[in-house]
Amino acid sequence: MKRVAVVGVGQTKFRTRRDDKTHPELTYEAMNKALEHANLEIKDIEAIAYGTMDPFDGIYLPERWDVTSGGIGKPFMKISTGGTTGMTTGLAAYEHVASGVFDIAMAVCTQRVGECVDAQPVLNTAVCPIFERYSGAGAISVAAIQATVHMHKYGTTEEDLAWVSVKDHKNALKNPNAHIKLDIGVEEVLNSPMVSSPLKLLECCPRSDGAVAVIFASEEVAKKIRDNPAWVIAETTISDNYYAGDRPDLSYWDTLAIAGRRLYRHAGVDNPKKDIDVAELYSPFTIQEVLELEALRFAEKGEGKDLAREGVTFPDGDMPTNPSGGVLCTNPIGATGLVRLAEAALQIMGEASYQIPDVNVSLAHAWGGTLQFHTLMLLSSKKKLK
Amino acid sequence: MVLKFETKWEIPYVHSAGEHGTKFFEALKDKKIMGVKCPECGRVLIPPRAFCERCFVDTADWVEVSDEGEVVTVTVTYIKFTGLPDPPYATGIVKLDGADTGMLCLLGGIDLSDWKKVHETFKPGARVRAVWKEEREGKITDILYFEPVEG
Repeated sequence: MKRVAVVGVGQTKFRTRRDDKTHPELTYEAMNKALEHANLEIKDIEAIAYGTMDPFDGIYLPERWDVTSGGIGKPFMKISTGGTTGMTTGLAAYEHVASGVFDIAMAVCTQRVGECVDAQPVLNTAVCPIFERYSGAGAISVAAIQATVHMHKYGTTEEDLAWVSVKDHKNALKNPNAHIKLDIGVEEVLNSPMVSSPLKLLECCPRSDGAVAVIFASEEVAKKIRDNPAWVIAETTISDNYYAGDRPDLSYWDTLAIAGRRLYRHAGVDNPKKDIDVAELYSPFTIQEVLELEALRFAEKGEGKDLAREGVTFPDGDMPTNPSGGVLCTNPIGATGLVRLAEAALQIMGEASYQIPDVNVSLAHAWGGTLQFHTLMLLSSKKKLK
Repeated sequence: MVLKFETKWEIPYVHSAGEHGTKFFEALKDKKIMGVKCPECGRVLIPPRAFCERCFVDTADWVEVSDEGEVVTVTVTYIKFTGLPDPPYATGIVKLDGADTGMLCLLGGIDLSDWKKVHETFKPGARVRAVWKEEREGKITDILYFEPVEG
C-alpha cells in the first residue's frame, strides 16, 4: 500500500434546508471548496468516490444527478452503508490512491435530510419489514435502548448524558458550518421534551442538508500540494448482524471495540488516551459518545459517562471529542461520516474552526445501519507514528 | 425567494418471508414461537433463518421457545412520527426463554405516561409474557405486546 494523505477538504454550510441550491449544486459547492483548499482544479481529480444514503432525498440514486458535478468522464463509484456512508466513502477514495491505481482521488457526499419532512419513517424502513418494522423502531429509539441498558448496568444518569450535549452545542457555536447553534446548559437539556426515553430532544441530532468533499493524494503528490497534509496512518471497517436483538450486550459496542483494536494495532497505538489528541466521533445521540469512548478505550467500561461531566472531552480537556460540534449539532446522514474525516484532517492541518492546540494524531469514526457498521481512520501530521 | 415543490413516494411492496419465516408465522397462529439452532455455535436464533451469520453454516433443528422471557431493554416514544405508531408506545427487546437472541417488540399492558415508571417495570431482567391477538393471522403483530409477569 502506498502512503496517502488528505490534502484538501471542503464543506458547505449545513442547515435544516438549503433551498438556495439543488442537489448537484450542493455537491458542486463542496467540491469547489475542497479544490480551492488544495489549490487543485477538477481536471486534477482522477477518480471520485461518492456517498449518500438512500432514500432520504426522495430521488432514486441521487448519484446519477450528482455525478454531473465534476464526475462526467471520470471513474466514479457510489458507497452506501447507512450512517457509515461518509467514512466508508472516504475509505474508498483513500484505497483508490493507496492501491496505486490513482494519484489523486476525491470523496464527496451529499445528503438532504431536510428535504425529507420526517426522517424517522425512512429510518424505520431500515429494520426488517416483516419481523421488526411494526415496533416503530427508528434511529432515536435504537439509540435509546442502548442508553437504557448503560444506565441500568453502570448507573449512568440523565445528567451525565446531558453534559455530552452541552459540550457539543458549545463547540458548534465556533463552527460556521454547524447547523444547530444553541448556547445551552445541563438544565436546558434535561428540560427539553422527551423523545424516546431516556433521550430528550437536545440529546438528538437535527436533520441537515449539505455536502462535504475530501481529497486524497499519494505521498509524492501530497508533498507538492501542501506542507501540512494529514497523513492516513490506519483505517478499518467492520460489520455486524442485521437484527437489533442479536446484539449480545447493548451496553458495550463490541464490534467497534474490535475495529478499534485492529486500527490501533495497524497504527502502533498502545495507549489511545495518550497517543490520540482529538477524536471526531459519530454520536448523533448523547449515549453513543459514551459507548464509543468506552469501545475505543478512551474510558474503561462503564466510565465513559464521567468524561463530559468532568470536562475531559471538552476542548481544554485531556481527550477532546467533537470540537466541531459533532453529529449532535449537524447531521446530513450519508455525508456526516465524511464530515468527521474532514474535521479530523483540519485538526491535523491546524485549520479547524475550533482548533485543539498541538494535534499530532486525530481519529475519525462513523457508525451505521442497525448499530451494525463502523468505519475508523487515524490521521497524523507525521507519516508514521513509530 | 425560491420555489418549492412537494413530492411523495408511495410504492407498495410485497415481501417474501422465506421458508424459515413462513414456518415461524404459521406457528404463531397456534401461539407457538419457533427458533432455529445453529449446529456450530449452538445458539437458538429468533427470528429463524436459514443460516447462522456468525458460523456461516446452515441452521439445522427447529426449537420451540417460550412465549415468556426477560426484558433486555426498553424505550418509550412520546413524539409522533409520520407513519409510526401513535405515542406513547414502548419499544424494546425481549429475550424469550430458550432463545439466545432477543426480539425487537412492543411492551405494554401498563400506563406509559411516566417513562421512569415504565423503565422500572420493564427494567433489564424483568419477566414478561406475550399477549396474543384473539384472531391470529400469522403475522408478527399476532403478539400484541409483552406484559409484565406478576411475581
